[in-house]
Amino acid sequence: MHKQTIKQLMQGLRDKSFSSTELTQHYLNRINSLDSEINSFITITDELALKQAATADVLLAGDTKLHDLCGIPMAHKDIFCTEGVRSSCGSKMLDNFIAPYNATIIENFNAAGSIMLGKTNMDEFAMGSSNETSFYGAVKNPWDLTRVPGGSSGGSAACVAALFAPAATGSDTGGSIRQPAALCGLTGLKPTYGAVSRFGMIAFASSLDQAGPLAKTAEDAAILMNTLAGFDAKDSTSMPRDKEDYTAKLNDKLDGIKIGLPKEFFSDDLDPEVATLVNNAIKELEKAGATFKEVSLPNSEYSVPAYYVVAPAEASTNLSRFDGVRYGYRCDKPVDLMDMYCRTRGEGFGDEVKRRILIGTYALSAGFYDAYYNQAQKIRRLIKNDFAAAFNDVDLILSPTSPSAAFKLGEKTNDPVQMYLEDIYTIAVNLAGLPAISVPCGLKNNLPVGLQLIGNAFDDARVLNVAHQFQQLTDWHTLCAPFAKKG
Amino acid sequence: MQWETVIGLEVHVQLATQSKIFSGSANKFGAEPNTQANVVDLALPGTLPVVNTEALTLAIKFGLAIGAEICTHSVFDRKNYFYPDSPKGYQTTQMDYPIVGPGELEIELANGTKKSIRIHHAHLEEDAGKSLHEAFHGSTGIDLNRAGTPLIEIVSEPDMSGPAEAVAFAKKLHSLVTNIGITDGEMSQGSMRFDVNISIRPVGETTLGTRTETKNLNSFKFMEDAINQEVERQIEVLESGGTIAQETRLYNGDTGLSRPMRSKEEANDYRYFPCPDLLPIIIDKSTIEAIRATLPELPEAKKARFIADYQLSEYDADALSSETKLASYFETCAKTSDDAKLSANWVMGDVSGLLNKNDMHISACPISAENLGALITRIKDGSISGKIAKQVFESMWAGEGDADTIIDAKGLKQNSDEAALESMIDEVIANNPKQVENYRAAEADKRKKMTGFFVGQIMKASKGQANPGLVNKLLAKKLNG
Repeated sequence: MHKQTIKQLMQGLRDKSFSSTELTQHYLNRINSLDSEINSFITITDELALKQAATADVLLAGDTKLHDLCGIPMAHKDIFCTEGVRSSCGSKMLDNFIAPYNATIIENFNAAGSIMLGKTNMDEFAMGSSNETSFYGAVKNPWDLTRVPGGSSGGSAACVAALFAPAATGSDTGGSIRQPAALCGLTGLKPTYGAVSRFGMIAFASSLDQAGPLAKTAEDAAILMNTLAGFDAKDSTSMPRDKEDYTAKLNDKLDGIKIGLPKEFFSDDLDPEVATLVNNAIKELEKAGATFKEVSLPNSEYSVPAYYVVAPAEASTNLSRFDGVRYGYRCDKPVDLMDMYCRTRGEGFGDEVKRRILIGTYALSAGFYDAYYNQAQKIRRLIKNDFAAAFNDVDLILSPTSPSAAFKLGEKTNDPVQMYLEDIYTIAVNLAGLPAISVPCGLKNNLPVGLQLIGNAFDDARVLNVAHQFQQLTDWHTLCAPFAKKG
Repeated sequence: MQWETVIGLEVHVQLATQSKIFSGSANKFGAEPNTQANVVDLALPGTLPVVNTEALTLAIKFGLAIGAEICTHSVFDRKNYFYPDSPKGYQTTQMDYPIVGPGELEIELANGTKKSIRIHHAHLEEDAGKSLHEAFHGSTGIDLNRAGTPLIEIVSEPDMSGPAEAVAFAKKLHSLVTNIGITDGEMSQGSMRFDVNISIRPVGETTLGTRTETKNLNSFKFMEDAINQEVERQIEVLESGGTIAQETRLYNGDTGLSRPMRSKEEANDYRYFPCPDLLPIIIDKSTIEAIRATLPELPEAKKARFIADYQLSEYDADALSSETKLASYFETCAKTSDDAKLSANWVMGDVSGLLNKNDMHISACPISAENLGALITRIKDGSISGKIAKQVFESMWAGEGDADTIIDAKGLKQNSDEAALESMIDEVIANNPKQVENYRAAEADKRKKMTGFFVGQIMKASKGQANPGLVNKLLAKKLNG
């Protein structure tokens, strides 16, 4: 059962090949017996999951119109607030925080009748590209347990790659869905900014954060998007637009589609093996009728520095609410208010979070604001313009997702800049607010490599369409991590 | 040395919206601590603000009322600082792009001349919660009911030259914001709070002296007191060779003393930047015009109308137009009685007198404007005398009913029956031959004064109900033969 896609599981549930309770129990058994080796879950919600499954089974037995995801188990990144369940964001600061409300996307999944298996591990407050900054310990990549799964949605990627769940939610601020999807051999979509509600998703960088799916196929990602996306009056940055069927364009043919190749992403710096795999993918798409053209994103070299001003700046104030006053961690026996603030935040946050709070605070300080924050926002505008100009010529842009395959645990933990460069191909997309997907496009030394397809704003369905068509031509997405064969 | 005082005000006005500025919690004063604070107000992780459009409307109303430019593009910023009653660790406010641009407000000085006070801008922001130090031994309680209450902060230019002007401006502003209905104006509940920036300089000097800011004054009296004290303090410091430190000061209304709160030099770097959770506020011209159409008559216009339509004196018109409820009370009364002058006299005299004595607001007046108008009508149609009217008024105040009910029940209707009055007069003349003799012997110019005795006797005989005009007329005829 655990090898099936959501699409297949939907059929199985409807055909009564298995019940949601059986399916849920099966996944829970896998998680409980095997996750100690992967550490992809922070919290496993057995009881809640089985309760939800029982409810779903009643619906599945009835004759009412079923939602696609009715009875389908899923895992949710611990960045989403879940009522009555710990929502830690991977931090000691929120280790004791049981949310009294649901994030909008959790409400959506609940309304659809989907099952929550548990909350997945992540880099603390989504700050990291290897899932090594989590208070709950590093997550291991099911393709090679000595390697990282990527981050920050490392737990979500690892749990799907380990076949502990057919899909999981993630969040992507600079690549946090796409990079772990690439490193774990999955399909991961970062939707257009404003397509998915941010309400209840613990904020890292408000103007960049976007929730999205990590799945086995683009088709599953599209099915998930139908539940994830939609206008939410509780999020002022959510785009008021009609509900869209993200599966509608999946089977559109690629004849005549124009795809841009940004020359800046295909320079000599690119890992040759990754370059070969990406070029093979281009040939496959050409066979299906796509045409390719070189485009330029001249300001992309500034995307990492601009991102590392904007994101920490927003984070530095988003994380001010964690002060020990109302909820979350509070230091032991504070002597006065200042002592409470200093020790609560000093003890509650990990090093990477503190590093980014310091960078962001500095970038916003009087005298530095114009040189850093303002300048970064200008660069952001230029990057947005670069994409807009490219999309005048092409329908989609293709690039690698990540500079290489999964790296070793601990390999980059002492070099923040090397870690930050993991997101060199993904960050510009967040700065421009565009949709992008990572799909598996081959193996390098038996480790998955990802291909990134970037669309114009609210062209998410087109991105999913091309990804799906690519997956009709190739079978990289069907490869299974060695660990997943256990159990 | 002769010193001159320069004052600028920053005024926080709580807007009377149904819900808070960024959340759906009720915006009411006085609830049990933390019962009006939802997940957004508590700044739980993942919660997001959504702008309450009613707050925008009220801010725009204010801007239109002071003739200011309404900014069609305004931006919310985060002002970052840590304090337990600021749950997000920042206040959402407006820094570079406030919703209301420059405007002005005219005040009247004691000598009757007028002065225009410039308003630099007004911006929207959220109020903080409250720290409760009593009742928690050794620790502090936090009540977040007030957190997220919509405020406009109105920032004046340093155009006031002393406490009288500052208080006149504050009162004028209070009258304006309550008139246009954007706040309840309850100063004792913190609905309107004043920060006063004060500096002094030698007369003739053009550059400004170093200023101090006295924060959170919530009564006109405290404001006047605080200014007087601070000016005196600054003069003392400068005249003894010292310098003024730029600082924030707190005035304690109970002790009447002020002390420095924190020095601006060591103040926080607030790291203002545009709030990424909120999009810029775009307001189109048609929305502004629609809001303009809902503006009530402003006090200035009302005053002019009272003078033109009701022939009221400048003084009466000013007093009666200063507050919406008082003005509408007066107008209703004037319409019911069809006598503006008498209505003005009653509202400003007897009604205001009793209200003041009982420390009551016009909205709590036990006599409705219609009922007061009906009472005045009875004076005008001769049913009762002015003197009896006072008695009826007191009974009405005591809740004994409307004018006609009381007049009937107590038999207070004025006696204008000529025959009955004549016989009463005849009886008084017959019973007082000596006074009649004296009267008739007196010179004509002395007689008028002597009539009083007879009128008094007749009023006594009629239990005050005799029509005084008629009595005078009939009496003169009888006495003079």
